[in-house]
Amino acid sequence: MVALTELTEMYADMVTARHYEERLQEEYLEGKQPAFDISAGPIPGELHLAAGHEAAGAGVCQHLRDDDTVTAPHRPHHVAIAKGVDLKRMTAEIFGRETGLGKGKGGHMHLFDPDVSFACSGIIAEGCPPAAGAGLAAKKRNTDSVAVAYLGEGAIDQGAFLESLNFAAVHDLPVVFVIEDNDWAISMPKERVTDLEDGSKRADGFDMPGRRVDVDDAVAVYDAAREAVGRARDQNGPTLLEIQVHRRMGHFMGDPESYRPEADQAAAAQRDSIERLADDLRAAGTDDAELEDLRAEAEARVEEAIEWAKDQPKPDPAAAHEDMWVNPPSGVTDSEPDFDLAGGED
Amino acid sequence: MAEEITRELTMSRAMVEAIAGEMRADDEVFYMGEDVADYGGIFDSTEGLREEFGYDRVMDVPISETAYLGAAVGAAQEGMRPIAELMFVDFFGVAMDQIYNQMAKNTYMSGGNVSVPMVLTAAVGGTYNDAAQHSQTLYGTFAHMPGMKVVVPSTAYEAKGLMHNAIRDDDPVVYLFHKRLMGIGWLPAPDGPKTPVPETDYTIPFGSADVKHAGEDVTIVTLGLHVHRALEAAESLAEDGIGAEVIDLRSLVPLDTDTIVESVEKTGTLVVVDEDYRSYGVTGEIVASVADEAVGALDSVERVALPDVPIPYARSLENEVVADAGDIEAAVRRTQ
Ligand SMILES: Cc1ncc(C[n+]2csc(CCOP(=O)(O)OP(=O)(O)O)c2C)c(N)n1
Ligand SMILES: [Mg+2]
Repeated sequence: MVALTELTEMYADMVTARHYEERLQEEYLEGKQPAFDISAGPIPGELHLAAGHEAAGAGVCQHLRDDDTVTAPHRPHHVAIAKGVDLKRMTAEIFGRETGLGKGKGGHMHLFDPDVSFACSGIIAEGCPPAAGAGLAAKKRNTDSVAVAYLGEGAIDQGAFLESLNFAAVHDLPVVFVIEDNDWAISMPKERVTDLEDGSKRADGFDMPGRRVDVDDAVAVYDAAREAVGRARDQNGPTLLEIQVHRRMGHFMGDPESYRPEADQAAAAQRDSIERLADDLRAAGTDDAELEDLRAEAEARVEEAIEWAKDQPKPDPAAAHEDMWVNPPSGVTDSEPDFDLAGGED
Repeated sequence: MAEEITRELTMSRAMVEAIAGEMRADDEVFYMGEDVADYGGIFDSTEGLREEFGYDRVMDVPISETAYLGAAVGAAQEGMRPIAELMFVDFFGVAMDQIYNQMAKNTYMSGGNVSVPMVLTAAVGGTYNDAAQHSQTLYGTFAHMPGMKVVVPSTAYEAKGLMHNAIRDDDPVVYLFHKRLMGIGWLPAPDGPKTPVPETDYTIPFGSADVKHAGEDVTIVTLGLHVHRALEAAESLAEDGIGAEVIDLRSLVPLDTDTIVESVEKTGTLVVVDEDYRSYGVTGEIVASVADEAVGALDSVERVALPDVPIPYARSLENEVVADAGDIEAAVRRTQ
């Protein structure tokens, strides 16, 4: 049984994430119409939205503390929201504003919020090794914090992932690898690029527990993640989880998805983890009015973040040259001691 | 009299036409990459090829760049002619060992007994706010390491002729196409890259730079997208009576130093424009190459390149670091 407060928190995260993606989609497309032009409109660059992935974000992050590290891939918003990333500053970053998490330098694929130990990045599977590194630090310092690396099912063929599994296994690191299986890697269906139906089986070769959550269900994810995160926190080593999620939108905004059968699109739209969790909440005694309140609160929070972000100043061009180093280029010193290296004899 | 060519193609269509031509002529030519089959390449680099040649010759591959780029090396060494695509050049990092320790070195290390007749294609370039991990050109990175011919088309005409030569070449060729030039619906190209393209097959030799605009006062050497920005600058400079000669390098390896030196001997002024990082890169190399051969001819030199920072996301920041026509014009004016 999952406590009602936890179900409620997950629901709040998930409806926030869903509304966030839907609103970002609207904002993004504005100015890119009628002919879609990626370099126009209020949100710069590429945009990968995670509608349909919410259960994987909420169900895992529900077990995490601020000091537990999470690395997410190019489709990061639902995980960031579940991890507690500052929504306003994240949104400002996505809009390319000066007060964004990275002062407008990183963008939607490169969000960093050290306050809650969150980062994401755009090269497939590249978050896996740093997650292992966060686990390594926890182990060396003998703390009970853990690290979680998210990746797509398309990323399980990448060396950085496979090497990290081995590294985490051999050093018994407190890491959970979470595969979000949405059946697609851009236009490539899973069966075209791997013979493995269940990606969690990759764990077998590394003598690590692997488990697949076959339904897009926040409670099922929560249960699987409780075990995996608990195992890591108790210093019993890494786990690999795979979670079936659904891609409700294109790979990126502007993706015509002409490669995708309509039936598949329709199926993804139907199996909705948010509705499923709403049913669980009703079964646990939450009435429709309360659910409606939760949704309204989430929507208000999203609106507030977007309004705030759009109001923020754009970065001064000169700032492009700042933030390269933490120390000055000369290092921790700008002077060199005057030794007598000749030993004083002349 | 040469026949007049009127058919115009986008750069992506011209690139695909060359690949299709070579695939029809030789069963051993095949293409590997992510999203190259049904999608037709994220940047239209393989549009329509799967429909004609099927999944066996236009292969979607797992997101395992080390495996499939390395497999291209292996198949090439067996005598096949693979073309392998890095969707964005920025992803080279996950597979660089196969690229520079095998593809680039095997011919030399074998004393010339092994050849690697493959093409590595990759999309390069920014200007659409894709930020630090998806906007680089990395021209200098590939040109720096010996063993790869590195070519960069700036128009449809070049895209086709360079691709025919790349596939037929018995050495590894890195073919870097700029996303902004391809003529993709969602990423509108400037006017220049869509050009008349002969229907017949033709090859453009590597190491033959092209003078895209003649001028007497300043030599602007550039490549890729910045050929078009330099041409724009040249037009505006012409209004003030400054004659800019715009040289499109077309290949970095081999480098056509002769054409550059000949121009600088005439103008005395060299401005090198590049979308890659400034330090230890293309601009420095061009200046040094000219200095090696004709230091006396150089009255004035300017470099226009990315400052040494990762490419930022916000539009105002990216525009600050990637040179536009105005930046090129300003650099030229500083030399006058
Ligand atoms: C090393 C590398 N290769 C290719 C890409 C281009 N790319 C970005 S997302 C993507 C598909 C990822 O699929 P998946 O891992 O299943 O995640 P999803 O997008 O489905 O969430 C690809 C090929 C990349 N970013 N990095
Ligand atoms: Mg996927």
